[in-house]
Amino acid sequence: MKKFLLAATIFFTNHVIAQTKITGHIKDNKGKPIAGVSITLKDTYDGAVSDSLGNYNFSTTEKGSHVISMTNINYDDYEVPVTLDNTPLTINATLKEKFNELKAVTVTAGSFEAGDNKRAATVLNSIDIATTAGSNADITAALKTLPGAQQVGNSEGLFVRGGTGEETKQFIDGTLVNNPYFTSVPDIATRGRFSPFLFKGTVFSTGGYSALYGQALSSAVILESIDMPERSSATAGISPIVATGGLQELSKNKKFSWGADYSYVNLVAYFNIVKQTPDYFKMPQFHSGDANFRIKTNGGIIKYYTTFDYNNLGLRRPDIDSMIYKDAFSIINHNWYNNLSWRQSLNNGWRMNLGMSYSTNRDNITQQIQDSSNQPKTFNYQPWVSKNFHLKSRQDLTQIKEVFEKKLGGLSAIRFGGEYWYGYNPSTYINTDSNFVNSLKDNYAALFAESDVYVTNELALKLGARYEYSSIIKKANIAPRISAAYKVGEGAQISAAYGVFYEKPLVNELIYSTQLGYTKATHYIINYQRNTNDRIFRVEAFYKKYADLVKTFPTYNNDGTGYAKGVELFLRDKKTFKNIDYWISYSYLDTKRDFQNYPAELEPNFAAKHTASLVVKKFVTKWKAGFNATYSFATGRPYYDFLYNYPDNKYSIADKGRTPNYNSMGFSAEYVPSIGKQNAKTFIVLFASVNNVLGQKQIYGYNYSYDGMNKQPILPTATRFYFIGCFLSWGIDRSQDAINNNL
Amino acid sequence: MKKLLFIAAIVSSVAAYSQSDKYMNAMKQSLSLFDSAKNAADLENAAASFQRIGDAEKTQWLPYYWEGLVLATEGWKYYPDPKGVTEIKVSDLSGTMTALAGRINAALDKADAIATDDSAKSEILTIRNMAATQQMLVDPQSRYMTFGAQANEDLQKAMQLNPNNPRAYYLQGMGIFGTPEQFGGGKEKAKPIFQKAVDLGSAEQQKPLYPHWGLDMSKAMLAACQ
Repeated sequence: MKKFLLAATIFFTNHVIAQTKITGHIKDNKGKPIAGVSITLKDTYDGAVSDSLGNYNFSTTEKGSHVISMTNINYDDYEVPVTLDNTPLTINATLKEKFNELKAVTVTAGSFEAGDNKRAATVLNSIDIATTAGSNADITAALKTLPGAQQVGNSEGLFVRGGTGEETKQFIDGTLVNNPYFTSVPDIATRGRFSPFLFKGTVFSTGGYSALYGQALSSAVILESIDMPERSSATAGISPIVATGGLQELSKNKKFSWGADYSYVNLVAYFNIVKQTPDYFKMPQFHSGDANFRIKTNGGIIKYYTTFDYNNLGLRRPDIDSMIYKDAFSIINHNWYNNLSWRQSLNNGWRMNLGMSYSTNRDNITQQIQDSSNQPKTFNYQPWVSKNFHLKSRQDLTQIKEVFEKKLGGLSAIRFGGEYWYGYNPSTYINTDSNFVNSLKDNYAALFAESDVYVTNELALKLGARYEYSSIIKKANIAPRISAAYKVGEGAQISAAYGVFYEKPLVNELIYSTQLGYTKATHYIINYQRNTNDRIFRVEAFYKKYADLVKTFPTYNNDGTGYAKGVELFLRDKKTFKNIDYWISYSYLDTKRDFQNYPAELEPNFAAKHTASLVVKKFVTKWKAGFNATYSFATGRPYYDFLYNYPDNKYSIADKGRTPNYNSMGFSAEYVPSIGKQNAKTFIVLFASVNNVLGQKQIYGYNYSYDGMNKQPILPTATRFYFIGCFLSWGIDRSQDAINNNL
Repeated sequence: MKKLLFIAAIVSSVAAYSQSDKYMNAMKQSLSLFDSAKNAADLENAAASFQRIGDAEKTQWLPYYWEGLVLATEGWKYYPDPKGVTEIKVSDLSGTMTALAGRINAALDKADAIATDDSAKSEILTIRNMAATQQMLVDPQSRYMTFGAQANEDLQKAMQLNPNNPRAYYLQGMGIFGTPEQFGGGKEKAKPIFQKAVDLGSAEQQKPLYPHWGLDMSKAMLAACQ
């Protein structure tokens, strides 16, 4: 017995002592040691983790055939069979780096991405937009504080890198928005129709964008609507200008939601207190309603969103061609917008995005010459003959767009699809001596394909092409798009983009001639971006070549040309100053173009050489209040008077000049008293803002009389704009938004 | 023959004992690795060690639970401690935290698939709460609605499954303690919650290898609330 026990003890002890020592070195493809690789003798407790030099060692008492596995989240798994027999083993390995969405570069040339996709490249989100002083929660106004955009105050739209407002297009969930702004009033910029809170993601691309988007020569604003709301809620808002109310219902299983909002804007009271330069004989009134539903499918979501707007206004200004008459302009607008989208994951790494949209916009515009007692006057000679008119116009757009995406190995993917638009634009124009009835119809179709090619985590390429055909001009085009990104260091990368972009002539050009071709722009962009926590720095240089721009004189043709080049800087920093978030943008732009009735290639009147913005935000926890300021600066823009002279049958520059520099400082503040009252049923936000606090004189350009003898500056309708409002919500604790601003 | 049977019985019982003893010892060794960890590399070692035990055993939830906790402990090192010192600084916090949370949740998924009782699931959820909180802290402003809500949901579920889990109360207290008074946080509000964590922690029966952490920390936080 004793003997036996002894033998057993010896056996066990031997068993314990008889170990195999395993050592090794682990490196990557480039021969660099990899730390943190977990080495495991499979199905045993034995193993180790590689150190900073890539070395590891451990011992095991196991015997016989086993497998050693090496794992690390950034590398492909690696396994080696081994035989253990007390002989020391050396197992070295070279691991292959995995494609990693978090580590891999993305192409950033040309675009600013906003929203909470897991990347740190986020630039602006919806709260940022709402709290950008001077923006008054208008997406476009906030985007104007980013590099590339001009400070144009007398016309709506984003004027990007020497492009007109029409060269920037907005897309919601993939489909084009035909009338993103309220119908323009001469020399007054109107707001966008959509609230920033509708969107979870915003990409502001100032060039070189994807083949999935077309018909925008300069820029694309790509908006992605929110999915399911967080919970059911009701909202209300009241201010001297606007009253709003809304409901949002989320089903118990969180698979279905619906909502509706209504707002009414009336400026009577405001215009009585803050005097406006124009004489408003019909005070601006806006009725807006919207409704939505969202359905979660198995692996996807269906979203529907609709808005209806009605607005009405009339204003009178002195007529530039006389001392006594006035121009009376009035508009009644109806707009209905519908967007239905379906995003769905399919089998085997396929995904699809289906988008459908229908919108109709109806304008009823009357322009009248009135005498000093506001009575209509009619004339049968120039220049007034064309100043008495009535225009009824309608713009309908029906679209369908389907995109398929297939994930390939690693992060690579292909995307392809097509879209079809049917545009219907009837209009009736009546003036004293003529009558134009027009009905433009266009069938536009496009096919596109694009692929993301990840060569390594450090190098990515995006190759795409787009084919388009428009029936109204009976022309097709093929637009290639190429971009690349290369990681140069931790959080730093260089991107480049090249692309050709086409846009159909505008409706008001096609009315005169359909014998026109696409206008064309070619973009070359190079960008460096460094992105660390709470700080983004980027610098971008671009060259854009315009061709085939539409000339309106002597005939409608595509002989226009132009170019734009420049350098832009952007810095956003939430880190350096405690509790202060700020960003700085600077754009240098050198551009000339010959289009419309320009007599030669000239600096266009919407482009400033230097533009800069500083946006600062601070939330003071103690006061439960936030303070925001924006300062925008732009050097003067050129202005011209093109005068037609009969003998030569051409336009010449009768007068030109440059406006004074543009300066504007906006200020806004929000007070959130119910912050932190966890059980508060009502959540309150008080908001106040002033645009152009310092009352700096802003001259956007000049209007000239018919004979060129009288010249009048284009000014804002009032020096400053004030807004105060109180917003309430029940159900959703919006305080979190404010808390988060501060954390 | 009798003798032989007796010996055989001893040998087999020794072997049987040694198997569970081996697990016990390996776990204890890993726990001491965790206890003595001074930096991220030490924590990675401890986490790998727990993972190996879990992978070999296949029927134990505790190794994966501890792996999750070790990795979550590493996660806190990317954020400033109460003295404002950040132990590990990275330029891509967002990517780092997403990757780490992915590993924590992968370990916890395995633990959760094995664990059967509510109190074990409650412990697992407290670690999920940490992973979600750490992801939220990357950019609280835009992530509160997603990761903040997730963290809160994890904690609520943890308390539901085991109302006597002191660690759930400790974590809840930490969240409230870190929120400014104006936003509904602060010492006053955190105090009763830490008190509850201390009471529950003091009454807790310690089972070998089972989570028992948090009592000292709750006491320290309670003192800080005075």
